[in-house]
This record gives sequence, C-alpha cells and structure tokens, in this order.
Amino acid sequence: MAIKGKSNTPLKLGLLLLLCPLLLWLVLLVILPQLTMLNISLQERVAPRIYEYGLSNYIEFFTEPLYWNTFLRTAVMSIIATILTLIIAFPISYYIAKMLRGRAKGLLLVLCLVPFWVSELVRTYGWMILLRESGVISSFLQYIGFTEGPIEFLYTDATIMLGLVYSSMLFMVVPLTSTLESLDDSYIEAGYDLGGNGLSVFWHIIVPHAKPAIVSGCIVVFMLTLGNYLTPILLGGKSSLWFTEQIFTQFITRFNWQQGSAFGVLLLSISSLIVWLGLKLSRQSFSKVMS
Amino acid sequence: MLNHTDFDLQCTDLVRQFDDFTAVDQVSFAIPKGSFFSILGPSGCGKTTLLRMLAGFDDPTSGDIFIKGKSMIGVAPNKRPVNMVFQHLALFPNMNVSENIAYGLHRQGINKVEIKHKVEQVLARVNLSGSGEKKIAQLSGGQKQRIAIARCLVLNPDVLLLDEPLGALDLKLREHMKVELKKLQQEFETTFVYITHDQSEALVMSDQVAVMNHGQFQQVGDPQQLYFQPDNAFVAGFVGDSNKWSAKVMDILSDSLQVKTVSGLVLQVQKPETKTFIIGSEVEVFIRPEAIHISPMLESKVESTQLQTNQLHTNQLHTKVNNILFDGANSQLLVEEQTSSEEIKVKLPQTAEFMHLKKGDKLQISFPMQQVNVFPKIQDK
Repeated sequence: MAIKGKSNTPLKLGLLLLLCPLLLWLVLLVILPQLTMLNISLQERVAPRIYEYGLSNYIEFFTEPLYWNTFLRTAVMSIIATILTLIIAFPISYYIAKMLRGRAKGLLLVLCLVPFWVSELVRTYGWMILLRESGVISSFLQYIGFTEGPIEFLYTDATIMLGLVYSSMLFMVVPLTSTLESLDDSYIEAGYDLGGNGLSVFWHIIVPHAKPAIVSGCIVVFMLTLGNYLTPILLGGKSSLWFTEQIFTQFITRFNWQQGSAFGVLLLSISSLIVWLGLKLSRQSFSKVMS
Repeated sequence: MLNHTDFDLQCTDLVRQFDDFTAVDQVSFAIPKGSFFSILGPSGCGKTTLLRMLAGFDDPTSGDIFIKGKSMIGVAPNKRPVNMVFQHLALFPNMNVSENIAYGLHRQGINKVEIKHKVEQVLARVNLSGSGEKKIAQLSGGQKQRIAIARCLVLNPDVLLLDEPLGALDLKLREHMKVELKKLQQEFETTFVYITHDQSEALVMSDQVAVMNHGQFQQVGDPQQLYFQPDNAFVAGFVGDSNKWSAKVMDILSDSLQVKTVSGLVLQVQKPETKTFIIGSEVEVFIRPEAIHISPMLESKVESTQLQTNQLHTNQLHTKVNNILFDGANSQLLVEEQTSSEEIKVKLPQTAEFMHLKKGDKLQISFPMQQVNVFPKIQDK
C-alpha cells in the first residue's frame, strides 16, 4: 500500500499541473463570472447604495411584457435561424464532401471561410451597403425599372434572419463536411443498390451518419445566434428586439447591473434548456456530439 | 446470336472509356442461370469497372448489358434486378442485423409481418438465427460476410455481384468462407458474379472463370481448362504458379518442338495444334512446379531403375538443389540444371523420401512434354 501511495502522489501532482490551464480557464473565465453574475442578479436596491437579497429583478422580467416578449422572440428566431442554416448548409456540405474531388474541394471550403477573415462588424456593414434604401439592390431594381421609388430592405425580421444565417453558415458547414467526408461512398451505393431512392438513402443512411455533426453544428449555431448582438442591432435597427440588446441597455445605458445580470442568467438558462431539449429529441448525448 | 433469355446475364461488346484510357475493352460474355462466374485479374485490369457497370454505378461507353434478356442501359441501380456485396460489405452501422436485411424489403413496400418472416427465414439459411437484434459491430468477420450476402439474397436478385468480399479476412477464415460461399450459391441457386485477384478463390468456387487483363477477357473457361489448357501466355502465367522462360524454337518434329531457353536449357514440348511455329521464332515456355517429378539421384544401381520408372517423361534433367523454400504443403525447391545453370522451381512433396534433402544434393527431375505450355512471344512494349 505504501509503495502504491508513493507512486500515486507524483502522478496526481503531474495530472493537476497539466490540468491547471484548463481549470484556471474554467474557474476564472466561466464559473466565477457566472456565479458573480448570479450573485449580482439576486440583489435588489432598497436605498441608494444599499442592497438586499431578493428576486425583484426576476419578478421585473416576468411582469414587464416587453422583456419576456423579447426573450421568447429571440429564442424562437434563433431556433428558426438554426434550422434555416442547417437546411442551407447540408446540400453545400454534401456537395463539397461527396461530389467534389481534389482542389475544388479545398477551394470551396476556403470560399466559405473567406467572409470570416473580416470582422463581423465589417461583414454586417457590407450587407447594409447592399440592402439599404440607397443601396446596391434598391438602385439596381430602380435602374431596370422594376420599381418606381427606392425600397428599404433593412430593419425587417427577414433581414435579421438573413444576417444571422449568413454569419452562422461556416459553423454548420465545417462539421457537416468533415462528417460527410467520413461516410464511405459504398454505404450510399449500397443504399441505392438495395432499391433505395434518393430520399430513403438520405433519410436512412446519410442523416443517421451525419447526426452527431448536425446536432453539434446546431448547438454551436444556436448559441452564437442567441448571443449575437451586432447583426440584429445593425440589420434590424430599432425593431430588432433582440434580448442581448436588452442586456446591453441594462448594463450600459441604465447602469442597472442587477437587472442586466438577471437577464444574463435567464439567457444562459434558456440556451441550456433548448440545447438539452434538442439533445433529448435527437437522442444524442452531449459527449458523443462534441467528440 | 444467342437468345438473350437463356442467360441470367449477358454482355455484348462492352466498352468503358475514361478519357484516353480504356478500362473495359470489347468484353462479351454470357452467364447461364444459376452458375458461379468469376472474373479473375490483377488489380487495375478493369474488373471493378466492369462490375460497377453491371450494378449500374457506371455507364458503358458502348455495348449492352442484358439481365434475363432485358437491356439494362439507362436503368438506375435501384431498378436493376442485381444486388452487390461490397468489398468492405457496407453494412449500415446505424442499423442492427435485422434492420440491415429488412432495408431492401422496406424499399419494395412489403408489409411488416412479411418482412419479419422473410428476415428470419434468410437468417436461418445463413445459419445466423437469433442474431437479428445484434449490432453490426458485434459480429465477427465471417458473420458480417454472411449478413451482407443475406441482405442481398433476401431480395431474390437475378444476379448477385460480389466485389472481392473475402479480401479483408484472415487466411483461415478466407479458406472457410470460400467453401461456404460456394454452398450458399448452390443452395440459393442464384447466379453469382464474383470478382477477385485471388486465383485460388476463383478456382475453388467457380463454374466458369474469366481471366481479365488490360480490360479484355483473356480466356473464359472452367477452372481445369484455365489450369491445364491456358489460351495464352498471360493466363498461363497468372493462373497457378509457373516456371516461365523465354526460348527459341530449335527444331520442329511431327508432334513436338525442341526449344532452347536463353540460358541454354533444351526442352521437348508438345506442339500445340492451334498455333504454328517456325524454327528460330521466339516463344515463351511454361511448366508448373507441381507437374515436375523429382527423384533423388542415388548411387548407380538404383539410378537405372529410377530412370526407367520415368521413361515416359520426355524431359529428363540432372539438377542440384540450390534452395529449399519451406512452406508446409506449398514447399518448393529451387534447383539448378547442371549444363545450363537454369533455375527451376519444383514442388517439394512432404513425403519421407525427401525429408532429408539438403542444399547441394543432386536431383533427377522429369516431366512429360504434354505438361509444358508454349506460346509465341508477345512483342509488346
């Protein structure tokens, strides 16, 4: 026993040292801020600079329709954006992974990546140049005589959706492409050979194989969309009603950190809940999806 | 022209051209119902391309494919009455054994009760009753093999295509599966088209074998024909093991030729009926190691009786053992003919007589001229 104990201690120490960066990262950047935020969110102001523990920030959220309407709207829009991204990304990924060979394959993946070489801000301004009243598309439609006056494409839900899907595409295409690449062609051929048509091969062979990538891509896209700030604000303008905007307002404009923290905690809760539901529905485990 | 309906599968002048490379070149053949047909050839000979055209994954540049008399040109793979066992089997990993077998039946729109019945029936026929609930990963190599075949045979195809499915198995299991495949084929009475580069698989299992090289069928025949009467030098060299020499015709007699190899070994060979030779023309000579009779060169008195027993063998050579390549039943000797120093591979029987043979020993070898195959030298490249 003594010998075993002796040999165990250095090993444990080594493991601890190796885990140090990860633990520091987790504690300092993930757990600590969230706990602090939870703590702040549970404080209510009873008098100037005097705070007591209470749930008033959360009660405020549920009693003010603007808050929870925005909250639900953000969640629903994010889910729709995730589904749209999946629907658009799947054929693209399939084309890159299965139809193309050699150089064209790499080239197309790089093309998917290129927009991400500039910041999200610049990319979004790019869309604004295209879509605004005096923008490229509006001018072109007037030029060809399709419409009399200028058309404003900005500041609608559809525009927000467009921006969200566009900025999420890469995070769906990359996992899907690599997973589809690992699907041997002979499975697809066997599917056809045994009498399957395009639809049944897709549904019974390709989708089950790609499922972990579909779920992991959806989780990433959903979280990015839910937490997105720039795209909804710039493309949606005042009508965007995005929940992160509410958080921003509480923290920065109104300097109400307690309320902002409560919103932050609520956002984390709903994103966790929806991801959990998604995993349950697709019968996937988190560890399998993320491996 | 033969009537299409007499055959399960018939190909006429099938050609598949890739840019400037002809993978399959003017291949025509017909496979009678219920037979085991193998296509044997080295890798890159076009056999996989041919099989993929039969399955419908590739379209011929010209020519036609008939299955039960119906042309398959323009018919999609899922509409053809053929099924394929893939090289790596391609059993769907997300489905269990039953679901794999039922996949094709579901596509035909058969009702669930009947599907269940058929799946159980076919599992019993491949001796895997009760394995329906197993995951694919839980099966052994041989079991996967049988499931892959069952998955096709349950659909009752006119022709079953097999793409080297035994390649991934270890030697023992492969030997076992050869016999099993042959039995399955006889039991189901389905036409099997089997492609392989392994001549032993082709010879053991097949009713008919086509030897393929450079996109063309070199010879089609039963295994014995290919082995004993190869049509050309490629078949002689590819099927079975052979000593192969380049030689020149020295003399032409009534029923035989006398040839001399490059290093000076003189042999008597039977004159093939179908080919004509002239003195001085270059030929290739093949003799199988197992066709050579060996006798130890003992002291003088025994030697004379030894010689007499092999009087019928026209070719009598005095040799010396250069090397013993021990490989159990496939052991060979490398012997050197004494006047020409030509090296000859000889099968070494594992009998008591030769147990103590060692390097440097003198050996008398002999073989009849009928067992030597001779072909005009092909002047290519």
